[in-house]
Amino acid sequence: MKEYDIAIVGGGGTGLTAAIYAARSARKTVVFEGRVIGGQIATTDIVENYPGFPTGVNGFELAQSFLQQAERFGAEVVYERAESLSRRNDGTFLVVAAGEEYVAKAVIVTAGAEYNKLGVPGEEELTGRGVSYCATCDAAFFQGEEVAIVGGGDAAMDEGIFVTRYASKVHVIHRRDELRASAILQERAFANPKMNFTWDTVVDEIRGDAQVRELALRNVKTGETSTLPVGAIFIFIGQTPNSHILKGLVDLDAGGHALVDLQMRTAVPGLFVAGDVRTQAARQLVSAAGDGATAAISAEHYLAERYGAPAEIRRD
Amino acid sequence: MSTTREVTDTTWEADVLKNDLPTLVDFWAPWCGPCRMVAPIVEELSEEYSGKVNFFKMNTDENPSVPSKHGIRSIPTLMIFKDGELKDTVVGFRPKSELKKRLEAALS
Repeated sequence: MKEYDIAIVGGGGTGLTAAIYAARSARKTVVFEGRVIGGQIATTDIVENYPGFPTGVNGFELAQSFLQQAERFGAEVVYERAESLSRRNDGTFLVVAAGEEYVAKAVIVTAGAEYNKLGVPGEEELTGRGVSYCATCDAAFFQGEEVAIVGGGDAAMDEGIFVTRYASKVHVIHRRDELRASAILQERAFANPKMNFTWDTVVDEIRGDAQVRELALRNVKTGETSTLPVGAIFIFIGQTPNSHILKGLVDLDAGGHALVDLQMRTAVPGLFVAGDVRTQAARQLVSAAGDGATAAISAEHYLAERYGAPAEIRRD
Repeated sequence: MSTTREVTDTTWEADVLKNDLPTLVDFWAPWCGPCRMVAPIVEELSEEYSGKVNFFKMNTDENPSVPSKHGIRSIPTLMIFKDGELKDTVVGFRPKSELKKRLEAALS
């Protein structure tokens, strides 16, 4: 059983920023990440709205910088998913990851959110064979092919524009008749000659064999059905918070986000929640980082009050 | 010491299909962020399974033939072969503990 002052569940932008702050306050800090370190940002091609990078920055590179900065101050990263979280009788917390037990005096849950699936026939079977939730990972395999993007938000437009580098045509399938994406992304998408918009339409089925061949579409206003031959379908239809680890510990809102106050405190002393998994998050990298800093500062206050100052102050 | 070797379209048959040992192949490309995170895990596994499994990586940008023959449309993808047959395919980034389980299952 390993012991830490602060355990951080999730190594995305929020968790890594929390780790920078926690480790820099000389608290023994561990971060659990079972998937890609950096979270959503790691698979973003160019981040254009994070301050300090006037010409944009590659998401993967930025995520690696967050990680290096956290490790520089002594934060440890366990590359496994935290499976369970519970409060012990003495007020500390138990985190289990890959069968190992970790005890922490305070926990910050920054588990983020996961891209939603369409939930239609063919989606599961054809994942990795043309069904994708990561354009920057997979778009290059569809050089010169026609592909589809489902969704109308920032992620859908951003990734759709990225896919036009490779695909001959990108069909945007959206269930409404207008986009939800920010103005600048809408302008770019409409101005892109490879982007083609199909409004008021949903995907009923994804068909294929060794790879995606066509989509069964349905117009939600007229009920008219059609098929669209494509080699790939990229799905960006919103997110669901990864709050399962918090169930039974913390109250969740109707959308499954954890309820916290402005200091990222939950109703459980010593348990903090920040980033996309909390209620009313702005879901931007800069606000995620801000949340992480706030949560770490709150955790530090909690530790100082309950357990006193850090055992040793690093002097490097 | 690095024990993961490069495999290409040309060396595929001799290195992977006709290998006396089971093989694990990591399909990657330089532009793929998650691939760069899989690489160190594959490296660690290659040390742990040294002498039992041979580990290879294939750059999908430089080698179009094998990836398209195997229908690879997403990377990172890991494939495990035994006696020239494909035993398991892992698409996307997975933690080391899961990769180990899949490898053990494919070997047994």
